[in-house]
Amino acid sequence: MASRSAPVDHNERGRLARQIATPEGVPITATLASRGERAIAFGIDLGIIFVSLAILWVLLILQGGIFDGFALAATLLVSFAVRSFYFAFFELRWRGATPGKRMLNLRVVDREGGPLVPAAVLGRNLMREVEVFLPLSFLLMPNQSGDQDWAVTLAFLWIGLFGLLPLFNRDNMRAGDLVAGTWVIVIPKQALLRDLATAHVQKSDAEEAYRFTQVQLEIYGVYELQVLEEVLRDAGPRSAANRQAVAESIQKKIGFQPPAGVAFEPVKFLESFYKAQRKRLESDIVVRGRRRKSKHDR
Amino acid sequence: MKRLELKSSEFRRERQATWTELEHLIDRVDAQGLASLSPEQVSRLPLLYRATLSSLSVAKAISLDRNLLVYLEALSTRAYLCLYGSRASLFEALGHFFLTSLPAAVRDARWYLFISIAILLSGMVTGLWLTLVEPDYFYTFVPESLVQGRSPVSSNEALREPLYRGVSASEEVTLFASFLFTHNAEIGILCFTLGLALGLPTLVLLFTNGLTLGAFIALYVSRDMGIELSAWLFVHGTTELLAVALCGAGGLLLGSSLLFPGRHDRLATLARQGRKAAVIAIGAVVLFFIAALLEGIARQAISEPSLRFLIGGLCLAAWAAYFALVGRGKDVPRNG
Repeated sequence: MASRSAPVDHNERGRLARQIATPEGVPITATLASRGERAIAFGIDLGIIFVSLAILWVLLILQGGIFDGFALAATLLVSFAVRSFYFAFFELRWRGATPGKRMLNLRVVDREGGPLVPAAVLGRNLMREVEVFLPLSFLLMPNQSGDQDWAVTLAFLWIGLFGLLPLFNRDNMRAGDLVAGTWVIVIPKQALLRDLATAHVQKSDAEEAYRFTQVQLEIYGVYELQVLEEVLRDAGPRSAANRQAVAESIQKKIGFQPPAGVAFEPVKFLESFYKAQRKRLESDIVVRGRRRKSKHDR
Repeated sequence: MKRLELKSSEFRRERQATWTELEHLIDRVDAQGLASLSPEQVSRLPLLYRATLSSLSVAKAISLDRNLLVYLEALSTRAYLCLYGSRASLFEALGHFFLTSLPAAVRDARWYLFISIAILLSGMVTGLWLTLVEPDYFYTFVPESLVQGRSPVSSNEALREPLYRGVSASEEVTLFASFLFTHNAEIGILCFTLGLALGLPTLVLLFTNGLTLGAFIALYVSRDMGIELSAWLFVHGTTELLAVALCGAGGLLLGSSLLFPGRHDRLATLARQGRKAAVIAIGAVVLFFIAALLEGIARQAISEPSLRFLIGGLCLAAWAAYFALVGRGKDVPRNG
């Protein structure tokens, strides 16, 4: 069962992430939508429902349709359909997204990695009745049934628990997600940037100037390599100073001296070192089956 | 310089065109929908997706370029969402729903259905019996909003009148029917969703609905109008009570998968049974709709008790045949 066995882990930006087992057998890591994002998306959808129903009824009243049986009947039916099937309609048509989710880049997915089937979409959205609309009607129309106050309060608390369910599990699932076996994830966006190992450094003078011994390449691990990648890709205002500082600290740590007559250029040094270090670590993985995680991994 | 190229860079150079092509296609689908792709592009999509997934697993094994890894992961996820986001068009989904999923789900949950019918009937019998013995129970079992001038103090004429009231203007009929439908469907959905509270509220709702009905019948039986009332109720009641029972069955299915998860863990069981229960609940909404049409139109047009019995009975037989027979054999529910 995916939601149990999948460890609670975090992606590279420190957000909750889960593995989805694709039918092709390759797992992909997806970022879970946060409670805040989901609440905002739901708020947007609720706003759309409310406004469209308000427009519908105002039109009906302005047209004098309130006295016309057919118009009133049609409006009642449409209101019911909008309230009950707004979410399911969009999630079926837009591959797991409603207008609110689309604005926040969220999608509904099957927890087991299969296709998002209509039954799951219908199920997760019918549950909103008990999560949201029922407690809401308790609040808006207290005690219409003439029952004892304490009974109504108790019922309200009991039902209110379902609405608060997302606060009590590690997967931010609401009751509908539990019933339908779904997760809500964030659609990732990442551009493919240039390969640092092929660009710029292919000049022979740079290669001659910045050569590293095997001993010098045994100090750092994958973690440091990827931090270096970030430093090299950084285009922020302080990136130049940053690269200078990193270059100096690496130079000192590995005891590197440029050959006589060659000036020490931080960026060229870093790019050459990145390439040499990546080559070394990658061939360690491929040839020797050893992955040095960081400089502490001996 | 060739000898110095990294394995991972070579890998990237060879595969990059595939990734870019997939990325363009998905950008387009996200912006304008699947329909904006040409047939060749649509058929390329799964091929490119699989190629990219295999690139991802190779890259995870040999590359330490984090941007590349994150990019491939994101691209694969988007392609996955694109391909597995939803399975069928709305029309196909509806056809599949009525010809396969719904009857199969109801057959699967037949014991829950029988249980909720039994609870409903036992509520009805209890209500009938108690009210016959002590007419004052009528006020306990029937909520004020449903009384509408029919109570133990009403005259026979006042009680009989609604049974044969023909609503003349057809627009009033439509309004009446749509009101009945939305009201009943909401109660049904509630009955279903409350199953998540371990099924208990569902049982209570079923039983109290039965009590109300029983009390009404008792009132008419005590005035020797039991047959006439039954005929009046039968027209739509067979369909409507079946819909209530279906919602109850869905709710009980939810509750029992939490209480008795069986071999799998609770969440997995709930996820599997929940979809089946949702299918049943949606089917019940359709039944409510048909019941409201029967109630709003057929019942007002036909006042002969034997004809009323006939219509209600035919409906019941039709539903039984539908749920028992349609799509039989090609089961193996696909949850859809």
